[in-house]
Amino acid sequence: MHLPDPCGPLSEGVVRALRAAPDGPHPVPQARAMGDVIDPLTDRDFQLALWILYELHYRGFDGVPDDAEWDPLLIVSRAGLERTMEHAVRALVGERFESDSLGHLGDDPAQRVVTALIRMTVAEGPSQVSTFLQRRAGRKEFCEYLAERAVYHLRESDPQSFVLPRIGGPAKVALAELQYDEYGGGRPDRLHQALFADALESLEMPTDLASYLPGASGATLASVNVMSLFALNRRLRGAAMGHLAAFEATSSLPCDRILQGARRLGLPEAVQDYYDEHVEADAVHEQLAIRNICGSLVSEEPELADDVLFGAMACLAVDGLAGDTLLRRWSQRRSGTAAEDHRAARAAG
Amino acid sequence: MSARRVTVQDCPGGPLLIRGADEVVAADGTVAEATRPVVAVCRCGRSARLPWCDASHRAKRRSNRDD
Repeated sequence: MHLPDPCGPLSEGVVRALRAAPDGPHPVPQARAMGDVIDPLTDRDFQLALWILYELHYRGFDGVPDDAEWDPLLIVSRAGLERTMEHAVRALVGERFESDSLGHLGDDPAQRVVTALIRMTVAEGPSQVSTFLQRRAGRKEFCEYLAERAVYHLRESDPQSFVLPRIGGPAKVALAELQYDEYGGGRPDRLHQALFADALESLEMPTDLASYLPGASGATLASVNVMSLFALNRRLRGAAMGHLAAFEATSSLPCDRILQGARRLGLPEAVQDYYDEHVEADAVHEQLAIRNICGSLVSEEPELADDVLFGAMACLAVDGLAGDTLLRRWSQRRSGTAAEDHRAARAAG
Repeated sequence: MSARRVTVQDCPGGPLLIRGADEVVAADGTVAEATRPVVAVCRCGRSARLPWCDASHRAKRRSNRDD
């Protein structure tokens, strides 16, 4: 993948550092600028800078040496961005959820965590984005949704794989079981990332992630970065698994709605197949993630209970922001179009 | 006798998780083939994809609570 085009001083600093000669002195991305960031979770420059630094741990960039991954100066930059990111996520969670849901876990924290995860994700209800795609979206809006989600789905489940060596016992076994299914259950053609690429290809959309970065909103990048934040920091392994549980438990019903939208619009079989696969798969994953992963993890490490719940709330809150951004874009355009139609009608009349 | 282990896990308020199943036979004899290593079999009867769970039990809880 080529290095993405920066979109502000933070991402510019990171890109400049990565383009510098590997052996020569290179500039450390300045934490300027950080003071200018008002809302890190929707600030595209902030999120892109962090995304680029995280990408060094996944697949890297053309022309950037692989050992940039552990370049101490880049790690220092990443840690600075991560502190701001984590702080912002905690603040958002604090605004959206009452603090009682975190406290008083009682004698059986595992059971309490399982119950809290089920309650929290049921209360969330169907996402407005999925209802819009089911009932109202046109083909263009549907494709925009796929393009926005591509930065995650083309790497689906990869962040959580970093957690496998960081947990043990039944939770590790259950995570491996879930990931095996995400990674195609032994069949390369059923790799979920590949199913999503097939869906894009069937619509004659590009299948490389780099094509979708320029269009991805800050909030969408944040929804991906929060997974890397949790998965790449062992301290936050509980949050990583809570995030996974909330993600899986709020997936089946929306995927079914999106599938109905794809059918309504007569989109190709590969698009329907992707969402069809996720209805049944995520109904299984919901149980695995809540009970077998989070429940077992908290049985083994009860001190992680709060982190698990924090991770789940972070998923719901940050994904909610990304969904709101998309809905706002669609509704502004629709009302803009409606106003234009109205003006045109008046002019014609 | 098969050496393979088949296990059933109870998920209260949700489906049964079955590991190692080959097929689920409905009352009318319809056979659903299990194509993934762990399958979730619906118990609330609300699934649109019987015998498999499609998480519709969540919608049920929600509507019950909203009543």
